[in-house]
Amino acid sequence: MIEADANEPRTMFDKIWDAHRVLEREDGQTLLYVDRHLVHDGSAPAFEMLRKRGISPRAPERTFATPDHYVSTDPTERAAMTNEENRGMVEALERNAAASGFRLFGLKDGNQGIVHVVGPETGISQPGMLIVCGDSHTSTHGALGALAFGIGATEVAHVLGSQTLWQRRPLTMRITVDGELGYGVTAKDVILAIIARIGTAGATGHVMEYAGSAIRGLSMEGRLTLCNMSIEAGGRAGMVAPDETTYAYIAGRDFAPKGADWDTELARWRRLPSDPAALFDREVTLDGGAIAPMVTWGNSPEDALPIDGSIPNPDDEPDAARRAIMADNFAYMGLTADTPLESIAVNRVFIGSCTNGRIEDLRAAAAIAQGRRVAEGVTAWVVPGSAPVKRQAEAEGLDRIFIEAGFDWREAGCSMCLGTNGEIAAPGERVASTSNRNFRGRQGPGARTHLMGPAMAAAAAIEGRLTDVRRLMKDA
Amino acid sequence: MEPVSRIRAGAVPFARANIDTDQILPARYLARPRDDNHGEYLFRDVRLAPDGSEVEDFPLNRPHWREARIVLGGANFACGSSRENAVWALYDHGIRAVIAPSFGDIFANNSVKNGMLAIVLPADAVAELMAEAEAEPGAEISVDLPAQTVTSAGGTVWQFDIDPFAKRSLLEGLDELAFTLTHADDIAAFERRIGRGNS
Repeated sequence: MIEADANEPRTMFDKIWDAHRVLEREDGQTLLYVDRHLVHDGSAPAFEMLRKRGISPRAPERTFATPDHYVSTDPTERAAMTNEENRGMVEALERNAAASGFRLFGLKDGNQGIVHVVGPETGISQPGMLIVCGDSHTSTHGALGALAFGIGATEVAHVLGSQTLWQRRPLTMRITVDGELGYGVTAKDVILAIIARIGTAGATGHVMEYAGSAIRGLSMEGRLTLCNMSIEAGGRAGMVAPDETTYAYIAGRDFAPKGADWDTELARWRRLPSDPAALFDREVTLDGGAIAPMVTWGNSPEDALPIDGSIPNPDDEPDAARRAIMADNFAYMGLTADTPLESIAVNRVFIGSCTNGRIEDLRAAAAIAQGRRVAEGVTAWVVPGSAPVKRQAEAEGLDRIFIEAGFDWREAGCSMCLGTNGEIAAPGERVASTSNRNFRGRQGPGARTHLMGPAMAAAAAIEGRLTDVRRLMKDA
Repeated sequence: MEPVSRIRAGAVPFARANIDTDQILPARYLARPRDDNHGEYLFRDVRLAPDGSEVEDFPLNRPHWREARIVLGGANFACGSSRENAVWALYDHGIRAVIAPSFGDIFANNSVKNGMLAIVLPADAVAELMAEAEAEPGAEISVDLPAQTVTSAGGTVWQFDIDPFAKRSLLEGLDELAFTLTHADDIAAFERRIGRGNS
């Protein structure tokens, strides 16, 4: 490996970047080696590109796949696969895996799930790795102390064919969140607060490192939620330094190093965190204690507010362009200025996705659902992020809690986060969603999305409107 | 990919900031093969009403901008999903350059890989180009990749920066993977250093 000047303080990003340089060009482009390439059922065009060129995948042992975007999460349809388009995409992935010889966690495999849940959960994603996937939420894996980012189809083909990518070194940005998170405040609220603060393009061109006592205090799953939405701030990637929380999470997982290898890797991982004197191109700090449970109102993740607030008033917005966007958002979202957020009624609730489809998310939602009923007229879905999450939830009886409360308990997949599998909301329906994007049409043409954490979404299901979950927690 | 060098064409403005790739190419078209004309899916849900009729005031539906080959975008143009299909939709519609104050990173990367320029100009320059496009719809502007300039219909010239490697790729229509594989020995040497397992 190419070693930098040992005396120069480096960020964690610098260390991972330096360790993956195959070669550098004078024009500033670096050829980086990819440790883990994650593939899903939307990756078919990349395989087609490669096939047309007559090139075989270079390192199938570094490639792992699972169908998630096109799998039905309805148990009956999942088994029958009557939807031709969905079946076509899932079968294409199966064919590509068989032809290329990479590991596939197929539809009936016990490890199937959303690719960004599966990677960490199986131990495939590890600290210090360079991880890519043809999906923008690949930033998720940075929570383990990896450099992980999303790429397009042509780049997926490039990685398959060469196990490398040309990259220009991005800038670095440290987001420090100190203090103790308040009652009912989760990782989802932290990342929504960060995006509201720096804007949806606030980290464009930067790799973000999240630091500070509030971040250190997050569980591994909370950190995965946090890093997942780095792309919604425009970040190239997001990462959290590995620590004892990370190592305890990885230890014993199927693909984690074992025995003497574990000791070797652990020693290496311990050297990854940014050196104390390392400089970042940008620094942002937030007071963790000041963050409240958050919900979005508009069509960008930056449109996030504390749940006890109201829809903003365009009269208070000095910028004319932003006022025009607000007016557009009001029309699309069916909202008016100054409306208290808690008075907004919802039709549907979606608990799941690579952002919030893990076991801790389902536990938090179940704690709110327990002994209560989904409001009349509300359709509420719980979609586990993976088959192991589903099994774990069932072992803990969470499925019973959800079903008895009137939630629909479903199979693992991306589902309503983006609706590629046809699971969408109807035009005009308002969705309380634990996913990552509230873009117009994201959950179906005309669908209106409000982003929030899993307990908040469960509270919205119970009350039939956006709800400050802290009240239901006090009841509980 | 097709090489691209100089473009002289009408420019269609999309002034809003943060236009995401879900807008540019709705998710339900993501399973379509590359051979499909993705131009038909371009901005599908904002360009056409649910009944399939054209939304009259949508820029691409206005007579002078139907033949535009250049897009003027707002800040953070094409943020969000990594779907390369968003580039295919613009490209198949005939767009060969997008000019904006900033882009979603992944879109800008995807753009270069498909022979479409993603040019960053200062916000006031983009605003001036948009004002000009509104005042005289269809007026042609010029993009000169070798010279790295954008020239407005009124003759104002702006210089733009571009990664030298991206510039070369676009000018030559470079097959990046084939180029990379000329470095196969370096990649193999790297693999020997790190071993077959973890890096």
